[in-house]
This record gives sequence, structure tokens and C-alpha cells, in this order.
Amino acid sequence: MNSKVTNVVVAGLGGQGVLKASDIIADVAFGAGLDVKKSEIHGMSQRGGSVSSDVRFGPLVFSPMVPEGEADFLLVLEETQVEVNRSMLKPGGVLIDPSTLQGRKLRSEKSINVALLGVLSRYLEFPEEAWIEAVLAHLAPKLHALNRESFQIGRDAWSQ
Amino acid sequence: MAPSVASRRQILSGDEAVALAAHDAGVQFGTGYPGTPSTEILESFEALGGHAQWAPNEKVALEVGIGASFAGARALVTMKHVGLNVAADPLFTVAYTGVRGALVIVSADDPGLASSQNEQDNRRFAVAAGVPMFEPADSQESYDFTLRAIEVSERWSTPVLLRMTTRVCHSKTIVRTPGYPAPPAAPVEFVRDIPSHVMIPAYARPAHRRLRAKLAEMAKWNDAEGPTVVFEGGTDIGIVTSGIAFQHVREACPGASVFKPGMTYPLPLVRMLEFADSVHLCLAIEEGDPYLVEQARNAGIAIEDKPEAFRFGELTVSRVRRIVEGDLSPEPKPLPGKPPSLCPGCPHRTVFTALRHLDCIVSGDIGCYSLGVLPPFEAMDALVCMGASIGVGLGMRHVLPPEQARRVVSVIGDSTFVHSGLTGLAEMIYNPPPTGHVLLILDNGTTAMTGMQEHPGTGRTLDHHKTGKLVFEDVARAMGIRRVHVMDPTLNPDAFEELVKSCLDSGELCLVIARRDCLLATASIRQYEKCNEQQSN
Ligand SMILES: Cc1ncc(C[n+]2csc(CCOP(=O)(O)OP(=O)(O)O)c2C)c(N)n1
Ligand code: SF4
Repeated sequence: MNSKVTNVVVAGLGGQGVLKASDIIADVAFGAGLDVKKSEIHGMSQRGGSVSSDVRFGPLVFSPMVPEGEADFLLVLEETQVEVNRSMLKPGGVLIDPSTLQGRKLRSEKSINVALLGVLSRYLEFPEEAWIEAVLAHLAPKLHALNRESFQIGRDAWSQ
Repeated sequence: MAPSVASRRQILSGDEAVALAAHDAGVQFGTGYPGTPSTEILESFEALGGHAQWAPNEKVALEVGIGASFAGARALVTMKHVGLNVAADPLFTVAYTGVRGALVIVSADDPGLASSQNEQDNRRFAVAAGVPMFEPADSQESYDFTLRAIEVSERWSTPVLLRMTTRVCHSKTIVRTPGYPAPPAAPVEFVRDIPSHVMIPAYARPAHRRLRAKLAEMAKWNDAEGPTVVFEGGTDIGIVTSGIAFQHVREACPGASVFKPGMTYPLPLVRMLEFADSVHLCLAIEEGDPYLVEQARNAGIAIEDKPEAFRFGELTVSRVRRIVEGDLSPEPKPLPGKPPSLCPGCPHRTVFTALRHLDCIVSGDIGCYSLGVLPPFEAMDALVCMGASIGVGLGMRHVLPPEQARRVVSVIGDSTFVHSGLTGLAEMIYNPPPTGHVLLILDNGTTAMTGMQEHPGTGRTLDHHKTGKLVFEDVARAMGIRRVHVMDPTLNPDAFEELVKSCLDSGELCLVIARRDCLLATASIRQYEKCNEQQSN
């Protein structure tokens, strides 16, 4: 890892697993011994509204919030939320959204968060096993097989 | 890495860190009322094996906490910022009585109103009541300052405020434990101390003097050994800051000198003065009210304030850059996201559809059902604070011309009714408007808005065990309401609408309890009930 802070913003709609995805990223970075901060606003428990969460990691992180226009990666779980969040991305930053999967079908749309993490994992220097371990730790055992599969679909969809 | 070392480094939210510190310090008693962003503290404390319970509201929570502390136990009382308004009465006087076991009161403020009806800055409460206050800037400090608060509370026999904000409560950052060491606790036993604990005027007068003397001592302690962070950078600009704003400042102005007190009341003003004198320009960058600025200026410290525009909402790294650069150009407005809405199939939907059809004037309240104000319902005409639906509705009924008064209904959730609706109901019976009144309790069997907490009306404790249950219809009848109806609005929406209409037409005092579990809570409620049944068999 280089010396600068990596900024990831995860966005989507309530109930899609945005917060779970950001927790997984934070756990992987934490496991690698980095400083990590993760921020989110989870006010109302109602479903369906816009949700976003920031994860930042590196040798030393101050603010838990990614400054506007400084995200290295923007993961958006739902197409309608891309434009709303695009300004978070830095010039040259990477947008990862459902279209990144290039039409590959997931067994369940509910695992879109994990599939996009599969894509993200290709850009970061953490070991694949660390990702899988973190993903599974956040899910009930009966969902493990499905999410392993979705994670792999994400990894396969990655193209430089 | 040795496992014992690894286990001491954790990634925790600020709320979880407070709970962990309370657990590590042997806090014997946790109570509070749910409220974003404070709710998870007690839930985490309970998960760690601590004794935690929900009170009907924040005032009762603080009173129960005071009792536990008077008896010698360490107590933690949690609430969101507006909760401290409800608990203000005991707060101002427990400052006089002092405590025996530590009494730590968490006030979780919500600058930017992520999930609140206002963005009041509760640092003002510390000054107004004369209660010392700590302000953590991340989860590590949330852990450490909880322990410090316990120490200060017992050393000076004073309640202590732990003032958090949404970003500190809900951000996850790394916590290394043990951080600040937990002070040893004294045994719990009753010790009679009438002059300290009974605030009749004769005892309260000297208590007030004692309080001021203690605050003066604590200020000295804070100057000498309080948890102040000073970052020595350049001498051009020195920034005084507190809480989460510290993180934004360090990122936005890496070269600036920074002064960040961890205990923000009473402030380490001697050190602050030295700091201000050491730089050419001293600037306060704080979220919310100009609290540090006013305290500093009162002490004769020359300090610049942020422009008024930055008093509103949360600070961010970009906003701090603007403050420092004096950039007052309009800030970019974030594109509107998708607003939250009532879940599809939410029982509240049927109720608001009916109220809209009947063209009611709706005095509303706070909870998921506040979303009845948004399209497609737009069926809410007032919303002030928890419990206000009843009083505000009655006030309207009293003065509106009769044909309008007859359309007024008060709508309140079950948790909110227990929190602060009971006294409103007493008012309704005592001062009935000439046209009568209709009160609707939306009983969805949980405190949905804050994430499905139990309350006295569910008959289950914080950890979902069976306990005494407040039955709303029985309470209302006993209080003197003769027309009490209970109906599941979703079974037959037309019949529900007809019922509300007949109540409006009756000119009497009516209570309609719309009883149907929150859709998202139904499965868990069934599960809890089943467990409790099995246990009692
Ligand atoms: C004094 C105060 N304490 C806490 C809150 C946070 N809060 C708002 S509404 C609410 C309760 C909502 O529960 P309920 O009335 O049962 O309605 P529901 O969300 O279930 O529809 C809470 C805890 C607040 N706004 N004010
Ligand atoms: S969480 Fe429950 S009460 Fe809230 S909107 Fe959804 S169904 Fe309705």
C-alpha cells in the first residue's frame, strides 16, 4: 500500500446492503493493519431512501468522511443513484456500478453489494482470502455459497 | 502477532466504544430512551453483558440513573440531544446534589439533522446546568472519555455529560484497549446524606455554592491535566476546535497549530489563552453554535469566529477549507437523493390514506409515521416534539371556528404516547374542547423509527423478555375517556375510515387505537413472544 489515504464511497438505496458492504471493506483494511475510518448516516429505519457510506484507509486517517471529489472508488448498487453521487469521485476515480458486471447474472440481486466488492477487490492490494473471510463473517451461513459465487462473478467481470 | 495484542485493537463505532468503556469500568446500570444517534449505546452495553433497560422517556431515565448513583452504583444514561430537554429538570438539580456512584449522561447531538427535529447544540446545557462535559472526536476518545468521565464524576461527586455527535456515534474507527485505565469502584450501599441529596431551599443554597466551587476546581484540573490535544504547527494561524471538527481541521490544515480540549466544560482557559497568544491569528472552528468562541471571549481571549453560514449543518473537510480561506461563495448543494418513505405495506399507510380522504387537520408527532407528511399523503399539519400532537391538536380545537375544529385529529405513535402522551391525555380529559377531540394512537408494537426498540406498551424489556405491559385502552378508560376503539386499520381500510369519521362527528372525546405490528418487526415480535411463552411453560 502506498502512503496516501484510499477513499471509497458506497451508495445505493436503503435495504440494498450499502452499510454491510462498507463494513466489509473496513474490516479488510483493518485486518491488514491499516488505520481505518468508516462513516455513514443511518437515521431513519425506513426502507428505500438513498443511503451512502464512506470508508477511508491508509497509514493515518483524520476525517471519517470522504471529501467531495476525492473518492478513489465509487461503488453504486443501484443505477438511479449514480448521478446523485458522481460528484464524490475524484477526476480519474473508478466508478463501479451494476453495469460493470457487463450483463453477468447474479443468482440473487440481493448479493449485488458483494458482487461489486468482487470488482473492487481487483483494484486493491488485499489478499482475496481476506475479502472472502470478511464477506462471510457478515452473512448468515445459508447465504455463504451464493455470496461466494457473486463475489467471484464480480472478480471475473473486472477488466483493466 | 500475539492474540492478546490483536484482541485489543478493534474497529468500533463511537456508540460501541462508550458501551465497551462502561462495561470495562464495571458500570452497574444503564438506562435511557432510544434516539438516533444514541440508541446503539445501551444495545451494545446489553450485548456485552451489562444491565441495560429502556425508560419510558429521558426524564425518567435520568431520575432512575440518579437513584442508582445515589445508592452508590455507576450509572450510564443515554439519549439524543432533544432528550436532554425532556430530562432538563432533574439535570439542573442533580448538578446541585452531586452523585455517589459515577453518573455519566450521554447527549448525542445531531448537527445537520440526519434524523432529528432540530440541531440544538447541547454544549449550552453543560454551562446552563453547571455540569462538566467531555467531547470525544472519535471512537478511541469515546472509550477513553467515558472512563475519564467516570473518574471526574466520582472525584468531584458530579454528574458528567458526554457530548457526542452523529459522526462520532456512527463512524467506526480503531479503538485500542485498555486506553485510559478504569478507576476502581466503591461498593453499592445506602449511605444517608440528607443535606446533599434533599434539595429543599435550605440545603440547595449551600449546594449551589458547592457546585460553583467544584467547577472552579475542575477548571484548574482541566488546565493542569485534562485531555487536551495541542498540535504545534506554524504560528500564522492557530485553530481552537472540539469534537469531530478536530478531524476535519487536521486534514484540511495540516500545517496549522491546533488546540483541542477533550473536556469542553469547564474549559482549560489558561492553556487556551497561552495558545492564542502563541499564534498571530486564533480562529475557532466548531460545529454548531459559537460555544468555544463565547467561552473564550468571556475569558478575554482574542479569537475569530467562523462565518455564520457555517453554523448550519455539519462541518466537513471542504467546509473547513472554506472557513480558513475565507471563501464565502455559495456552497455546492448535494443533488437530492431518494427520500425515505413508509415501507410498502406499512400499516401507517392505511391510516394516512383515511385521514387524507376525510380532509382532517392533523396534529402529528414523531416516528416513522412522520413520513405521512410527504406525498402521496401530505396528511400532517404540525409536528413539534415528541408528545406535542395531543396538546397542539387540543389548542387548535379550542380556538378554531367549529367547522374547522371538528376536523382536527391528534396522531401519535405507541412509543411516543408512552414517552410523553399520557399527560396530554390528562389535559384532553381535564380541558375538553367544545367540539370534543379525536386522538389516534398508531400502535405498531415497537419503536420503529429508531430500529425496533421495546417500550412499556410492548410488555417486553430491552432484551425482549416478558414484563409488565401498559395497555393503552385500559389506561385511557381509567383516565376517563368513554369512547375507546381498537381496530386493525389494514383488515378493512373502509371500516377504519368510517370509524374515524364517526368519532369526528360525535363531538366527544375519542381514542382510536390503530393496532397492527410494524411490517418489519412482525417476525421478530412473533419470535420474542414464542420464546417468552416457552419460558413461562
Ligand atoms: C425527546 C426525544 N427523544 C427521542 C426522540 C427520537 N424519536 C423520535 S420518534 C421516536 C419514537 C418512535 O416510535 P413510535 O412512536 O412508536 O412510532 P413508530 O416509529 O414506531 O412509527 C423516537 C425514539 C426524539 N425525537 N425526541
Ligand atoms: S419500519 Fe415499520 S413502521 Fe416504519 S415505515 Fe416500515 S413498516 Fe412502517
